[in-house]
Amino acid sequence: MAIEIRPLEQFKIEPIIPLHPFGINASYTNSALLMTIAVILVTALAVLGTRNAGLVPRRWQSVAEMSYEFVANMVEANAGHGGMAYFPFIFSLFMFVLLGNLLGLVPYSFTFTSHIIVTFALAAMVFIGVTIIGIVKHGFRFLSLFVPAGVPKVLLLLLVPIELLSYCIRPFTLAIRLFANMLAGHTMLAIFAGFAASAPLFGILPVGLDVLIYFLEVLVAVLQAYVFAILSCLYLHDALHLH
Amino acid sequence: MTSGDPEEPLRELQRRIEGAQRALDARKTKSAPRDDTGSFGSALALAWRIGIELVGAIAVATALGWAIDRWAGTRPWGMIVMFFLGVAAGMVNVWRTITGMGSAVGYRQTKADQTNAGAAAQDQRDDED
Repeated sequence: MAIEIRPLEQFKIEPIIPLHPFGINASYTNSALLMTIAVILVTALAVLGTRNAGLVPRRWQSVAEMSYEFVANMVEANAGHGGMAYFPFIFSLFMFVLLGNLLGLVPYSFTFTSHIIVTFALAAMVFIGVTIIGIVKHGFRFLSLFVPAGVPKVLLLLLVPIELLSYCIRPFTLAIRLFANMLAGHTMLAIFAGFAASAPLFGILPVGLDVLIYFLEVLVAVLQAYVFAILSCLYLHDALHLH
Repeated sequence: MTSGDPEEPLRELQRRIEGAQRALDARKTKSAPRDDTGSFGSALALAWRIGIELVGAIAVATALGWAIDRWAGTRPWGMIVMFFLGVAAGMVNVWRTITGMGSAVGYRQTKADQTNAGAAAQDQRDDED
């Protein structure tokens, strides 16, 4: 019997606890379960890791301190002066995405960052938040972000829409980048695993390849969380400083 | 014999520390190619970023144009105009990404470039650690 390869089945949302208040489907799904696990793990790392903190850090305290310093350096370097006020948000964002990516690599689990609605919600949160910060800090001067300096007046007619568009596209590219990376990587893993199942004799080759791709995926998982956070910092920098 | 005994574990420890130090040094020199995978990863991320930046801009702008057409009944002009604006915005974004101007809106050279360079140097230092 031929083995059916369904590489996209791993992305299926399945309700664990069906909830339908007021006719709205608000079921607790496998995606929500993994999000809960991610939040619990991040909280545990931050709370348990720093409990009984010593001058010489033990294993988990070291992990907590390293991730703190890593994100703090990133915010300091990229969001510029005054960016540290938003460190808690960037840290939460980074750890949530990172844990989502890494937990998705655990066999039989689910990758919530492979769903565009999740990444788009995160990106929209960044976009709306950053825009509000910019408007609150600078008022109408915030609009000068869209007017390039030293350009003839006639060209402004063309350039302002382009600038406006390239600003509004940010949440979409931010969301698509993370989602596409996760979706592509996991689909690739599943397809090669399917090859292994359908070719028992030479199955060792795709399995070997899968192992290598898996290492690449770990790299991609960390990298994409980093890119997501660093771009949020850069957007924040724009809103805070308006150059 | 009794005076030799307490010295012996200390010498043993000294030998072990030196051995571990040598092994660590060897691993450090060997880990030079590890920098390579790091730059491979960031090159991969940059490639992804540029691709998504261009395609995403065009797709989102075109979809926006389609929505404008539906709302204003100006088919097909909104979609056509927005498509070309999307291409322009995507190109601008790609240009800014690869010239290291960040993905900043606005043409003015900013302090962001210097801080970006600072961040890159920081990464370098972190890698070396």
